[in-house]
Amino acid sequence: MNAPVLDIRDLRTVFRVGGRELTAVADLDLSIAPGETVALVGESGSGKSVTSLSVMGLLPRKVGRIDNGTIAFRGKSGAARDLVGMTPEALRQLRGNDMAMVFQEPMTSLNPVYTVGEQIAEPMRIHLGRSRAQAAAAAVQLLADVGIPDPARRARQFPHELSGGMRQRATIAMALACDPKLLIADEPTTALDVTIQAQILDLLAKLQAERGMAMLFVTHNLGVVAEIADRVAVMYAGRIVETGTVDEVFDHPRHPYTQGLLRSVPRLGQATALKRAGTPLPTIAGAVPSLANLPRGCAFAPRCPYAIDACTVAVPPLADTGGGHGSRCIRWPEI
Amino acid sequence: MTTFIARRLAIGLVMLLALSVLVFVLLRLAPGDPIDAYINPSAPLSAEALAALRARLGLDAPLPVQYLGWLRAALTGDLGFSTQRAGVPVLPLVLERIGPTILLMAAGLAIAIVAGISAGILSAVRRNSAADVGLSVLAFTGISSPAFLTALLGLYFFSVRLGWAPSGSMTTPGAAFSVPDLLHHLVLPAVILSIGHAALIMRYMRASLLEVLNQDYVRTARAKGVREFWVIVKHAVRNALLPVITLIGSTIGVAVGGAIFIESVFNWPGMGLLLVSAVSDRDYPVIMGATLVIGAAVIVVNLLTDITYAAVDPRIRVS
Ligand SMILES: Nc1ncnc2c1ncn2[C@@H]1O[C@H](COP(=O)(O)OP(=O)(O)OP(=O)(O)O)[C@@H](O)[C@H]1O
Ligand code: SF4
Ligand SMILES: [Mg+2]
Repeated sequence: MNAPVLDIRDLRTVFRVGGRELTAVADLDLSIAPGETVALVGESGSGKSVTSLSVMGLLPRKVGRIDNGTIAFRGKSGAARDLVGMTPEALRQLRGNDMAMVFQEPMTSLNPVYTVGEQIAEPMRIHLGRSRAQAAAAAVQLLADVGIPDPARRARQFPHELSGGMRQRATIAMALACDPKLLIADEPTTALDVTIQAQILDLLAKLQAERGMAMLFVTHNLGVVAEIADRVAVMYAGRIVETGTVDEVFDHPRHPYTQGLLRSVPRLGQATALKRAGTPLPTIAGAVPSLANLPRGCAFAPRCPYAIDACTVAVPPLADTGGGHGSRCIRWPEI
Repeated sequence: MTTFIARRLAIGLVMLLALSVLVFVLLRLAPGDPIDAYINPSAPLSAEALAALRARLGLDAPLPVQYLGWLRAALTGDLGFSTQRAGVPVLPLVLERIGPTILLMAAGLAIAIVAGISAGILSAVRRNSAADVGLSVLAFTGISSPAFLTALLGLYFFSVRLGWAPSGSMTTPGAAFSVPDLLHHLVLPAVILSIGHAALIMRYMRASLLEVLNQDYVRTARAKGVREFWVIVKHAVRNALLPVITLIGSTIGVAVGGAIFIESVFNWPGMGLLLVSAVSDRDYPVIMGATLVIGAAVIVVNLLTDITYAAVDPRIRVS
């Protein structure tokens, strides 16, 4: 296998909130090879965005910081470097150049007072030393690459003149401007309607294959995971609770939380059938625990149908269930 | 953009017309008979002579007719004659006072804008630092101190006690005109005029920039590897300025009030001083003329504000 583009080991990211330190991400290992897509899934607040921002060096200053771990990143130089402890300036030079990010909200992620073309040109001017004219021409080409018709005219328009789907294409063009080795997409389709979602997913998959980028795809939609990812990591309360290839994890989930998530996904026709019968979709009972108040041991125990006393003794380790499949459940062989 | 400007211009003209009606009516409602101003109190006129004078001045016609007559003349640039300075037409009297007032207000506003915006940016970027707290306390003091107090205190300390600034007027009497002399006279009243506005602009800029710094597009800029300095200056400040521009536009009207007051404290030969003396002399034509010129100036400034706003925010241009 190729040397990984991103190799996170033992990451712990903490936030200082009201004089207390909250651990938003803990014991996180994650590795992505060139050309590979890894999906990060989990309910709201499980730490998916914090993981992404930790890699990008975009944690809110003074509030959030990486407390422990290494993030080995192999950028354009070809050498793996640890992003943890790198100077802010060194990280800035990697951002938008070697690694790039697409955010959830296409409506608000673009600056309203600059044209779409100017915003796509900006990273090429910063990192690649392109002149204004060169970068502007490249921006038009990028808009064409992401499937925007009449790209020259669109480049001169302001964000509010584009539809949501088109804006998301534009932010993808902006992220790809310097041909990054790693693309982090944080729920890039959540804010879009279903048909546009599918188009954007296809576009991302196509661009990734063409460029051989590594992609970290954050989502809470398991249908999207099945469509786009090679491997998946399921997060719960800041930890990865199950990881493996998408086929393995979806066909043989080895963690009760993943099972619950999979059960709550409407299968084709099932949703309408349930709606007709007047039964709500099955969801996982109970609520995500607050970080300030995590239960001892397995954080999922209060909601877990398999929980036993042993579960609350210590945080279960990520056990190897075979074939690169891991589960953070002490009862994984039984379920 | 052209229709936008045309529409604003039309609104401005209507406002100016409304202002003239308002001033006209208010003046006629004020106690005292306008005819008094034309009469020498020590030589009372007979009732017939009074009526004849009234008729000659048009003061016997119904108010709307009087107003229309005044308006027709005003449109041709004839604002009548000062009743206190015999034979002096109002228009040149008012026009010669515009320059000093514009100078004072422009200087005051320029100081307020530069100081307010830079302090606001500094405060927001270094939020909760000693500099932020210090500036916020200063701004609060600036907003809450009444102009008469700062004007009198400033006059007392800087010109009476320290002797750094002259205590009034625009140039040294008797000396030949020179720019340094003018600036020397300008600094103190302009700074005092700017205090309240600078404080207000700073508070707005700080709040607005703090809000913008939380926006997704600022995070996007950082994700692109934009240097932090340019994240602030290029991506955040330009957006944060939008509400501040509106504020500056609307404070200009208030600044006129401040300027009138400061002119009378510093004996600055502008519109304010003219207006104050005209009011105490009940010189109606001068009051009308000065008010209208001030009103027109405020309307023009507001128009410029709107155009600036549209130039900064592309979303305005289309809608
Ligand atoms: N700026 C912050 N200050 C304090 N705590 C934060 C901050 N950002 C995130 N957190 C904490 O980190 C936890 C994980 O947040 P994160 O944004 O990573 O969730 P997520 O998995 O991306 O959820 P979502 O699906 O809603 O995007 C949150 O529950 C929150 O408590
Ligand atoms: S460790 Fe226990 S509580 Fe946690 S998921 Fe497994 S069975 Fe459930
Ligand atoms: Mg998130």
